[in-house]
Amino acid sequence: MGRIAFLNANAAVAEAALVAGLGFYAGYPITPSSEVPERLSKIMPEKGLPFMMMEDEIASINACVGASASGVKAMTCTSGPGFSLKQEALGMACMFEVPLVVVDVMRGGPSTGLPTRPSQQDIMQARWGTHGDHPIIAVAPCNAQEAVFETIRAFNLAEKFRQPVVLLTDGSLSHLHTKIYIPDPDEVEIVDRAQPEVDPENYYPYDYNYEVPPLAKWWTEDGKSYRYHLSSLIHDKTGFPTVYPKYAQWLLERMHNKILNHRDEILKYEYYKMDDAETCIVAFGSTAEAARVAIDQAREEGIKVGMFRPLTIWPSPEEQIRDIASKVKQFIVAEMNLGQYKLEVERIVGGRAPVYGVSQAAGVLIRPSQIYDKIKDPSKRVEIGLTEEELKRFGGGE
Amino acid sequence: MALLNELAKKKEGLVSGHRLCPGCTHSVIMRQVFAVAETDKYDIVVAAATGCFEVSTGLYPYTSWNVPWIHTAFENAASTISGVEAMYRALKKKGKLNKEIRFIAVASDGGTYDIGLQALSGAIERGHQFLYICNDNNAYQNTGNQRSSATPFAGSTTTSPNGKVKFGKEQPRKDIVSIIEGHHLPYTAQASPSNWRDLMNKIKKALDINGPTYINVLEPCTTGWGFPPHMAIEIAQLAVDTCVWPLYEVIKGKVVINYKPKKKLPVTEYLKPQKRFAHLFKKGNEHLIEEFQKQVDAHWEWLLKREECGIEYGV
Repeated sequence: MGRIAFLNANAAVAEAALVAGLGFYAGYPITPSSEVPERLSKIMPEKGLPFMMMEDEIASINACVGASASGVKAMTCTSGPGFSLKQEALGMACMFEVPLVVVDVMRGGPSTGLPTRPSQQDIMQARWGTHGDHPIIAVAPCNAQEAVFETIRAFNLAEKFRQPVVLLTDGSLSHLHTKIYIPDPDEVEIVDRAQPEVDPENYYPYDYNYEVPPLAKWWTEDGKSYRYHLSSLIHDKTGFPTVYPKYAQWLLERMHNKILNHRDEILKYEYYKMDDAETCIVAFGSTAEAARVAIDQAREEGIKVGMFRPLTIWPSPEEQIRDIASKVKQFIVAEMNLGQYKLEVERIVGGRAPVYGVSQAAGVLIRPSQIYDKIKDPSKRVEIGLTEEELKRFGGGE
Repeated sequence: MALLNELAKKKEGLVSGHRLCPGCTHSVIMRQVFAVAETDKYDIVVAAATGCFEVSTGLYPYTSWNVPWIHTAFENAASTISGVEAMYRALKKKGKLNKEIRFIAVASDGGTYDIGLQALSGAIERGHQFLYICNDNNAYQNTGNQRSSATPFAGSTTTSPNGKVKFGKEQPRKDIVSIIEGHHLPYTAQASPSNWRDLMNKIKKALDINGPTYINVLEPCTTGWGFPPHMAIEIAQLAVDTCVWPLYEVIKGKVVINYKPKKKLPVTEYLKPQKRFAHLFKKGNEHLIEEFQKQVDAHWEWLLKREECGIEYGV
């Protein structure tokens, strides 16, 4: 039996990571994510687990890559500017194919941006922030309870696919306290990385016979010692660098296929009142909760509207969105940025239906009324959802 | 130096209206910088790293800065001022700019000891003419008192909390002055707002030097360290009188200690008023105070010996 707690999503992520088997944390403080390490700094030492505050964001993620390569589940947590600094090592983790969870509590950008305000501006950065062709998995919970389960799922996906997973929350969700249930590890599925079935002398860290080759621990309880090479360069099955064109092509294709061929295991999404919907709202994270209210309100007036909510942001649920495109008259993508996921929806819909956006990057949550107004008249631009009186509280504005 | 009543009449570079915590010493330190700067002879340009000081002095639509001021990211105050200074020199060489300008980079310990160390090291090595001031408040105070490498031994922070198995930060603080000094720059110093005349002398010296200079200033933080706002200067004085924070200069490798307390106080005098050290006074933690005292004594003795040596760099 788990336990009930009154926590914000940052604390929820920390607690859930421990349920998922977190064995190592290295991080660097940044608003609005700092409650994650703060909570872990109290718990992890008591469990004898390494908790390290590093000298910067780059060091934090690199320490996690090192720890994960040593066979434990590792996590780091940050926000916009820190996520930018972590990009190089995120790419390296993709190349090494080491499991890793990177939490990005999205705040307004670019640069220092809006440090204490929520946003969803790192959607494309989560996908393409690091250079080169690389696969990525990104998940986005919409409330603190879901953050618990999505954190556990993020660890499971990372372990299963030997892949860094980005967990996207935002500055509002991360600080909103709610009652949540933290399960015991035996109540949920916990995945640990596959271990080789071959002896050390026949082991290859990038064995061609697997879509996801087992990543051996260099220490095993039965005393076997797997010695192997990890390289951030293009490598063959041994892990040693190569420029052989066929190997380069194979490696990148396999790295992509291990994700894209397993969308059914990776994708998670919700249909809300979509059965007879003519308008489909696409929303995720905090924004989805506003969309739900707007949809209920519009439904009361007989407007046929529903929501498609991806919990897995990357890879995108292409088949599902394409299927919806054949049924609805229009899409409205509501997100706290200037239309990043809208681009992806447009790409998938491919002109089969118009795609409108409630695209707000003002550092304030999108309100149900804004989405409702857009449902009523999609062609109309939706203004920032604050009254003059409310705007005054933010100071300035002349 | 000018008389006190003359200093008080000088035009301020950092004016009131900022939103630093009551009792914060950031502004006190910076006022002393402008009080001693010869602003009739040169202009001042400031680059500030992200941190308490930056967020509190440039809140839209107001600024407390009476001088050109650039806010950079967390890790690169030294890099940004490098670019500004290099451009200034280029313009001066071409005869397009004839003003005398002094460049100051300001950051706290997070942006200096940790994430900004690489940028600072590079800027000093390239030899830009700038003064780097580190207002050391011993932790990441802007984001809520998380440990940094400047956090003292046994200090409890939000990421190195005192608990069942740990007693706060386990490591001693980084000796940043020695690290900077290792660049063989013309002038490095450590100062405290409690000893304002000493601080101002150091700033004046640094600004008059043609090359990179570094001053490490203790910046007692009422919020993070947990002491009443009116005590900030007192705490700084206690840090100096216990030799937790020695006031000294390193001029071309030669150590000069600027203040030797007549009676060196025990570290407990400094630790006691601060909540971050409260756990050290619980029964069973006496050894931690002993260890703290040992570290402080060792560092002080080492400095005294270095001063006695009086050796400069070979070059």
